Amino acid sequence: MSLYYVQKLLYQLNRDPLVRKRFETSRDELLAEYALTGEERAAIVDGDIGLLYVMGVNGQILMHYSALIGQQWDEYIASMRAGVEKHGPVRAGLYSMLKDRSR
Amino acid sequence: MSLVFAAACSHAPGITGRAQRADAKLRETFYAKLGELRVRLEAQRPDALIVVAAEHFANFFMNNMPAYCVGMADSYEGPIEDEQWLAIARRTVPGNADLSRRVIGALLNDIDVAYAEEWKFDHGIMVPLHFMTPRYDLPVIPVNVNCQGPPLTPLARAYEFGRALRRACDAQPERIALIGTGGISHWPATPDSGVINEAWDREFLARFLANDRAALTSYTDEETLRDAGQGGFEIRTFLAVAGATEGERGELLFYAPIPIFAVGCTVATMAVR
Repeated sequence: MSLYYVQKLLYQLNRDPLVRKRFETSRDELLAEYALTGEERAAIVDGDIGLLYVMGVNGQILMHYSALIGQQWDEYIASMRAGVEKHGPVRAGLYSMLKDRSR
Repeated sequence: MSLVFAAACSHAPGITGRAQRADAKLRETFYAKLGELRVRLEAQRPDALIVVAAEHFANFFMNNMPAYCVGMADSYEGPIEDEQWLAIARRTVPGNADLSRRVIGALLNDIDVAYAEEWKFDHGIMVPLHFMTPRYDLPVIPVNVNCQGPPLTPLARAYEFGRALRRACDAQPERIALIGTGGISHWPATPDSGVINEAWDREFLARFLANDRAALTSYTDEETLRDAGQGGFEIRTFLAVAGATEGERGELLFYAPIPIFAVGCTVATMAVR
C-alpha cells in the first residue's frame, strides 16, 4: 500500500504537462519512479477512478485527474459510487474517516 | 495605505463549470451578488488583492506541506484544471512580487509563513477572480492555508494569521483588498458531493458575521469533519478574514445551498476601519 506515491503521481500528472507527456510516451519509465503496488499501477494505467477513490486518493486530487482523463461530472460521481459498490469502503486516508451519508 | 476591503466567498468549481445545471434564477441571483461584491471591491480602488484560499493540490503536496504560504511573483498561471471542465480559460494573472516581499517580511514577525515564487492557480482562486477581477487587471497575491492534507493549522492560529496579515497590510503604502474563499460545509469530490448542512452553515455564518472569535475557534476538526465534511476544514479561510477584521462585523449578501455547485454558496463582506 503506497497511497502517498499514488497521490504524488496523480498530483504531478494533474499539474505538469511534462509529466503528462512522459505518461504517454515513456510510461513504464515514469511509473518505475514511484513505489506502486501492482494494483495501484493498474488502477492508474486503467484510469480506474472508483478503485483509486477506494484506495483513499484525496478527492481533490482525484477530481482533477478525472477531468484530465475526460470524465464528465456525473461520470466521476458514478465511478466513485461504483468503486465503493465493487471494492467496499474507502480503505485509507482522510476520506476513510467520513461517514457514508448515502446509506 | 492599509487594508481597505475584506470579504469572503465560495469558490467551488461547479459555480462556473456546471453553471447551466443550476436553477437559473438562483444562479443569476448568486452571480448578481458576486457582481455587487466586485462593485464594492472596485469602489475601494485597491492596488492589490490578497486571496486567502484553500488550494487543492495544485502547488503543495504532502512531501513538503506548508501550513501557510504566500505567493511572491510578478505573475501567476491558472487554472491548472481542464479549461472546458472549469469553463475558465487559462491565462496569466498579474502579481506584485515587491509588495508580496514586504507583506511576507512583515508577516514573519508573527507567523512562520512559507513563500513561493511559482504558483499555479486552481479553481480555488480562479473562480473568485473570474467574478472579482474579470479583466484580470488587478495584481493578486495568493495565500494558501492548508485545509486539505492534515495535520492542519489549528483554528486559533488561522485567526491569528488573519490578525498578522492585517498588521502586515497596514504597514504598506498600497491600498490592499482581502478575500477569503472556502467552504462552508460540503463534501466535494466524494460520492456525497451536493450534500450541504445548511443549519451548520447558518450557525457558522452567524459566528463569522458577529466576528465572534471564541465561537469561531471553538470547533474541533472531528466535529467539523462529522457535521461539515472534509470541505468544512476550509473555514480557516473565513477565520483569517475575521482575524484581519477583528472587532468588526460582517454583512451577508448571499447564502443558498446549490447542490450542483456542491456547496452553500456564500457572498459576505466584513467591515474594515
